[in-house]
Amino acid sequence: MKSSFIIKQFYGDIPDAGSGNQTSNHAASKNDWPLWEVFIRSKQGLDHKHVGSLHAADAQMAIENARDVYTRRMEGVSIWVVESKHIHASNPDDAGSFYEPAKDKIYRHPTFYDLPDELNHM
Amino acid sequence: MNLEQLEKAFQDKIDQEIKIEPKDWMPEAYRKTNIRQISQHAHSEIVGMLPEGNWISRAPSLKRKAILLAKVQDEAGHGLYLYSACETLGISREETINDLHSGKAKYSSIFNYPTLTWADMGAIGWLVDGAAIMNQVMLTRTSYGPYARAMVRICKEESFHQRQGFEILLTLSKGTAEQKAMCQDAINRWWWPSLMMFGPKDTESTNSDQSMKWKIKRKSNDELRQNFVDMIAQQIKFLDMTLPDPNLKWNEEKGHYDFGEINWEEFWNVVKGNGPCNKQRLEARKKAWDEGAWVREAAKAHADKKANLEKTKAA
Amino acid sequence: MSQDLIRYCLATADNALILGQRNAEWCGHGPVLEQDIAITNISLDLIGQARLFYQYAAELIGDTDEDKLAFLRTEREFNNVLLVELPVNDWSYTTLRQYFFSQYQQLLFEQLSRHSDPQIAAIAQKTKKEVDYHVTWSRDWVIRLGDGTTESHERIQYALTDWWGYTGELFKATDYETSIIGTLLTDIYTKWHEAVEATLQEATLLMPEKTFMHQGGKSGIHTEHMGRLLAEMQYMQRTYPNSQW
Repeated sequence: MKSSFIIKQFYGDIPDAGSGNQTSNHAASKNDWPLWEVFIRSKQGLDHKHVGSLHAADAQMAIENARDVYTRRMEGVSIWVVESKHIHASNPDDAGSFYEPAKDKIYRHPTFYDLPDELNHM
Repeated sequence: MNLEQLEKAFQDKIDQEIKIEPKDWMPEAYRKTNIRQISQHAHSEIVGMLPEGNWISRAPSLKRKAILLAKVQDEAGHGLYLYSACETLGISREETINDLHSGKAKYSSIFNYPTLTWADMGAIGWLVDGAAIMNQVMLTRTSYGPYARAMVRICKEESFHQRQGFEILLTLSKGTAEQKAMCQDAINRWWWPSLMMFGPKDTESTNSDQSMKWKIKRKSNDELRQNFVDMIAQQIKFLDMTLPDPNLKWNEEKGHYDFGEINWEEFWNVVKGNGPCNKQRLEARKKAWDEGAWVREAAKAHADKKANLEKTKAA
Repeated sequence: MSQDLIRYCLATADNALILGQRNAEWCGHGPVLEQDIAITNISLDLIGQARLFYQYAAELIGDTDEDKLAFLRTEREFNNVLLVELPVNDWSYTTLRQYFFSQYQQLLFEQLSRHSDPQIAAIAQKTKKEVDYHVTWSRDWVIRLGDGTTESHERIQYALTDWWGYTGELFKATDYETSIIGTLLTDIYTKWHEAVEATLQEATLLMPEKTFMHQGGKSGIHTEHMGRLLAEMQYMQRTYPNSQW
């Protein structure tokens, strides 16, 4: 019996002999450009939204690259970039303590209040 | 939670169609399968620039030149989105690219076929991109969040690729005798390789399929291939051309087209590196990367100098 | 006047097309994906500019179109400057040439956007925005490479010395240019020189001494590279004449 967990080959999973599922031997060199996260405002009045990431040597290049990569189809009017390492994220393990407590505070939502229909637009 | 519980919680999420995000716990094998598949997908986009890139300098009109250039550029963008998705799994782009160059990571075999005439630009757009889209549409629902989001973006951009390819062939099919012959010849050469893009038959393996269970893949090779044949067999009628398969026939009972047997020997040969362009493609990619090394170093060095200068100023 | 205007439009289109064709050689072969995409964007912009000028020329000539003008004229009929037809070489040559050319185009189009010919003015207004970005992008690269590593500094300094002698032709007015834009080239030369000087200084590069300036492209006397470029570019239209694509 084959023990490997993936035997079947799929489109997009190109069959080969013995490749994949191995950790790479190559370490990233020090000359690798840092990774940046890109946020784009699609039109005036809207928030910047995360659209993806890219590599650039510095902030100026990151903005230019973002313009070339992520706005080729008029997707934006303003760009923010931030080096990925500067993003601090919440821990998924904290999801319970972070987000569950909000669940029972339904009185924070307008739909919680049962008002007469005649009272329009409140 | 112990490993078993973690794995169960993970599978529960997948079953409930909750996407897996980079920082979530995931089985090591899930991470590796994704790295493998996303990076192969990324490499396919990048290597896929080469056969079409072969005709940018010779495009027959200014409009076609601009369209082709924009299309090949889109593929660079797609590769970039996919490398980024891959990086969220903890492997740098440089490492991923090194694996391509060392031959450890693969890319789609279709790109090891040569582009011999202008009509090949049409056939690639229609057949190769058409086959790719079948897969990519399915992958917009894949379980790993960053991969699914990259695919959504790619599918949006991809929609013009197949159309421009078909339009090239449509124009040729209404052209001179030479153009018609060129069109049929390209379809003849690209048809079987595009069917091979879907990979080996489902019956090739009897193993339980973890990738399906994890919803990385959501349809089997044969299912996708059948969908593709059904679609193309209809579309070719508009071109007044034929597909090079005497066994292609509508099967009323199944509600699908029957089609002939793929030459699997050819398939495995190309996979193993014996395709017409395997060596040439990989060498072109390595050359670009190696000759770009001094450029990447220079930009990094300049950025470091600037950053240091700012630090000194601030101090 | 009309003949001069036609010739001027063709020459302006030729410059853009030939440089667009050269830059497109990078597509799929750039030093890093992000820059592969960037140089291709510039190439697309240039091909777009070429089309606008060819279309206008075709309108003036009558009974022709942009493709006939691009693909069925011979080497001697092309009036682009020599600078744009030289081979791509490496990234330093490419970015430096782009900077020289874009800086020239920026100053030129700024003036042309007020030209008495409304069509020329409209094209210049539209394309100037693209060119502004080309200047920023290419200027950044010249500085990066000049100030980067020893190797990059040497490479771009070499490119600078090698190609400086091809910049003079941009500003050497032919009769058809004088007829359409007067002394404009002389006027913008000073500004161009100042801008280039400032950039090279920031890039820690040495401006070459007064040197011999090559010319010929504007009157159809090209380098040997041009014939090969056209042979490749015009292959389809020459092999299959009178076909729709």
